[in-house]
Amino acid sequence: MKAIEIQNLAVTYERQPVLENVNFTIPEGTLTGIIGPNGAGKSTLIKSILHLIPRLSGDVVVYGKPYKKQRNLIGYVPQRSEVDWDFPTNALDVVLMGRYGHIGWIRRPNKKEIQFAYECLEKVGMKEFANRQISQLSGGQQQRVFLARALAQDAQIYFMDEPFAGVDAATEKAIMKLLQEWREQGKTVLVVHHDLQTVKDYFDHCLLLNKTPVDYGPTESVFTLDNLERTYGGAISFLGNSPILTQGG
Amino acid sequence: MNELLSLLTSPNTQWVLAGSSLLGFASGLIGSFVLLKKQSLIGDAMAHATLPGVCLAFLIFGVKSIPLFLIGAATTGLIATYCIQAIVKHSRIKTDASIGVVLSVFFGLGIMLLTYITKHAKGNQSGLEDFIFGQAAAMVKSDIQVIAVGSLLIIILSSLFFKEFKISIFDPNYARGIGLPVSVFNLVLMALVVGVVVVGIQMVGVVLIAALLITPPLAARYWTDQLGRMGVIAGIFGAISGVTGTLISTAGEGLPTGPLIVLCASLIFVLSLLFGASKGIIVKAVRQT
Ligand SMILES: Nc1ncnc2c1ncn2[C@@H]1O[C@H](COP(=O)(O)OP(=O)(O)OP(=O)(O)O)[C@@H](O)[C@H]1O
Ligand SMILES: [Mg+2]
Repeated sequence: MKAIEIQNLAVTYERQPVLENVNFTIPEGTLTGIIGPNGAGKSTLIKSILHLIPRLSGDVVVYGKPYKKQRNLIGYVPQRSEVDWDFPTNALDVVLMGRYGHIGWIRRPNKKEIQFAYECLEKVGMKEFANRQISQLSGGQQQRVFLARALAQDAQIYFMDEPFAGVDAATEKAIMKLLQEWREQGKTVLVVHHDLQTVKDYFDHCLLLNKTPVDYGPTESVFTLDNLERTYGGAISFLGNSPILTQGG
Repeated sequence: MNELLSLLTSPNTQWVLAGSSLLGFASGLIGSFVLLKKQSLIGDAMAHATLPGVCLAFLIFGVKSIPLFLIGAATTGLIATYCIQAIVKHSRIKTDASIGVVLSVFFGLGIMLLTYITKHAKGNQSGLEDFIFGQAAAMVKSDIQVIAVGSLLIIILSSLFFKEFKISIFDPNYARGIGLPVSVFNLVLMALVVGVVVVGIQMVGVVLIAALLITPPLAARYWTDQLGRMGVIAGIFGAISGVTGTLISTAGEGLPTGPLIVLCASLIFVLSLLFGASKGIIVKAVRQT
């Protein structure tokens, strides 16, 4: 089953092409790492798929239908949430926002929804912080709250932009466990990831990107020295089993 | 004391009390959204820009008719808001400068028209000057009914769509992602602000109605970290200010109502700044020791 198909996507920022000729199809129930150097267009790719920025061209098909009809199937955790951190809202409240799409218009979250939001906070280890105003959380804790909101949303396809940036090893492990649970439930997850050493452990599929996809497919066949050198434009060498960037990039 | 009691029990006063408290509550509630959306200044410009609309309505129709005045007010208020956005979009002028220009031009035009009207004998009785600072004593029962019903409608609408307003202000991208028409909610919020301003100008005046929108939520922010509570507290602060200001103004010798209401709201703000349970200066100082 195809979860998401991208056809001929292109994006420009002020006439500068940032993404060109992007075509790929992600099968359902996969965990894909999106990999590429800084400025490769990874965040731009996600934002344009989600129609948050204008595309020059390109279609996004989700489970056989246009993106606009399938919005509620998709969850998104941005690289850094662009919200007003001084907004009068606490961690629990933010997580509850993940339920708004399910609750429907006008109606208020009921006890069950609130209970569920607590469970989501607990899963990311943030239950004690439920009543904390969001500006009074550390960067990593804020990231976890927004992860819990995605969890509460209970989407079918998730896009996460560097969820491991600035979180400690324990949190990274917890998040990874969560992503694997999602995959087991048949959800499709795409994660922007920078740490080349963990790619093989974490992802079953890889999308190598630098302005245009270098390669996409199962990790073992795509995550090769040759491909990485083409993506990063520099020398890459393997240390034991994992690749490291030795120059350029 | 007896005088105050008889004043309070007269049916006319009760209408005035109901009107001013509902208007205050509606302003505080909507103002909370406006404040968080960082659109306080646009609200102020819009309020000032209603004055030429009121004057034009009088000049065109030649009668003192509150419904016609309010339609005029809404029209020029909306045109001003549109101008602000158009200037920002089509020129290099930034929002704050654009607001400043539009406010001065529209308010200046309003004062000019008002001077012209009051200079003409017939215009003397128009009571239009009352629109600058508000005059509750000059209002008749039907005027107040317009205020009460309008405010109640605004309160009901914003409570119904509370959660939708909240998410489209807090995280518009996410709101779009779950299929919420964020731009529609932005328009509805703008319309509700116009609503408060228009029903409120007769009582509070075009100069100070924006202060009634913004001061109560600013004060409420010192008491809570939750939007729901902030809206209610701001509403209560607005209602207290509305009632107190109106009572003093109607009991006194024709003092303008708007300044009294805003004075009361400012007093509440200062008290909140000092004693507020969430961010007040004293609470913070005590916590640190
Ligand atoms: N709003 C913008 N306006 C103009 N150019 C932009 C904008 N946002 C990004 N770019 C440019 O587009 C390119 C791709 O940016 P993008 O944020 O997608 O990269 P990325 O792969 O996510 O990088 P990183 O690993 O640093 O997060 C960069 O060259 C960047 O300078
Ligand atoms: Mg990025």
